[in-house]
Amino acid sequence: MRLLKEGRRADGRAKDQIRDATIITNYLPRASGSAMVTMGKTRVLAGIKIETGEPFPDTPNQGVLTTNVEMLPIAFPTFESGPPNEDAIELSRVVDRGIRESKMIDLQKLVIEPSKKVWIVFIDINVLDYDGNLIDACSLGAVAALKTAIVPGAAEGDKDFTLPTNLTPISVTMVKIGDDLVVDPDLEEEQIASGRLTVTTSEDGHVRAMQKGEPGFFTLEEVRKAISISSNVGKTVREKYFR
Amino acid sequence: MGTESNIKLIDEKGLRIDGRSPEELRPIKIEVDVLNRADGSALIEWGGNKILAAVYGPREAYPKHNQDINKAIVKARYNMEAYSVDERKRPGPDRRSMEISKVLSEALETAIMVEQFPRAQIDVFIEVMQADAGTRIAGLTAASVALAAAGIPMRDFVAGCTAGKVDGQIVLDLCKEEDNFGQADLPIAIMPRSGRIVLLQMDGDLTVEEVEKATGMIMGAIKKIAELQRNALLTKFSAVETEGGE
Repeated sequence: MRLLKEGRRADGRAKDQIRDATIITNYLPRASGSAMVTMGKTRVLAGIKIETGEPFPDTPNQGVLTTNVEMLPIAFPTFESGPPNEDAIELSRVVDRGIRESKMIDLQKLVIEPSKKVWIVFIDINVLDYDGNLIDACSLGAVAALKTAIVPGAAEGDKDFTLPTNLTPISVTMVKIGDDLVVDPDLEEEQIASGRLTVTTSEDGHVRAMQKGEPGFFTLEEVRKAISISSNVGKTVREKYFR
Repeated sequence: MGTESNIKLIDEKGLRIDGRSPEELRPIKIEVDVLNRADGSALIEWGGNKILAAVYGPREAYPKHNQDINKAIVKARYNMEAYSVDERKRPGPDRRSMEISKVLSEALETAIMVEQFPRAQIDVFIEVMQADAGTRIAGLTAASVALAAAGIPMRDFVAGCTAGKVDGQIVLDLCKEEDNFGQADLPIAIMPRSGRIVLLQMDGDLTVEEVEKATGMIMGAIKKIAELQRNALLTKFSAVETEGGE
């Protein structure tokens, strides 16, 4: 807290600076797409599987997207195996929302036979090592894995083809420490923070998803600021990792 | 959200599918202490939404390892009843309701003076009897009234509203058709006196200017909603006073 007043963070980052990330795509060649993402000491593994199945009755002309995040017990002493708890559910739903609402995946191109058979894109993300900000690490992993994913069309008498994608949604999560908004918090920062805010933008500058989490509040002015920070950080991330 | 459709949601006169203007709220009615057993309760009717909120506590948190020695834990449970939607909903928690329960708990915890009740638990049950879009916000608005009726000290009410994008236009308080076929949904809840935002979610596609317009509409509407909350409590407790004074 004292450090932040002077504009510094414990690890020397600026308030709007994210940790360096490394992304290894195609980490698991057996998956349709995959990415191992390390952000600081947080590490997640995203894997894509694409299989055929039935579309939802209300969207007969669209493929299906599902997202699930597992907070594995190897990642943190208090993470437990078993069905996902509310943290894991919120996490997967926020990651899903950014990808879904940006229409990153062209679901209309994933129809084999309308109303009967479509491609289902399963995004499964496993948290391997936890040091804060799982939402952004998981989103980054999912987006990177999707961009390299191959639809196994040959099995359906077609050819294998690259998963059709459009925009690149980037989620940027901030927490409030004192009166400061701090981007990409590590675990220590999360523990002293009050309130978390995630804003996902696409490269057209549009806001695609937002989520406030944890006890605490934000003023409208802080929300405005968060949107602008997310948009800027998103731009940097896209240039650095997805050019 | 985002389901393809050819339904026109806003007509040539700029009126919406249920005849409202873009910045018009649906009718809202709040009734206090509608249940006998609960420490506090409220019934909210908001458009076609019919939602009960009931509060139990503060009471000892159980199991004990859940206790916080510094403050009360707030557990909201948002539940959609089986017949509340067009197609029967399988009873019990699903992923959506678990996420909503989490963000509602966090919103209420911010307003409640939890530090006054170490090791306690405050349960807030939100039962959606009939759903018509905006259920989390309506439930939260009712829950805040139920908490006040239960005599739980709070920094302020929590009141909320949604705005969204329909046929490319920003409108207040989406109804079911608008929620299903619109392009964005933005629920916000605040503590009205300070304007502090305790719940905020959004999905869809909004420009920064559209977010600005939507939040402006929401903030204006919440003033009216907070007034309804206050009046609901005043009606109840001034009635109690008259009874006792006889």
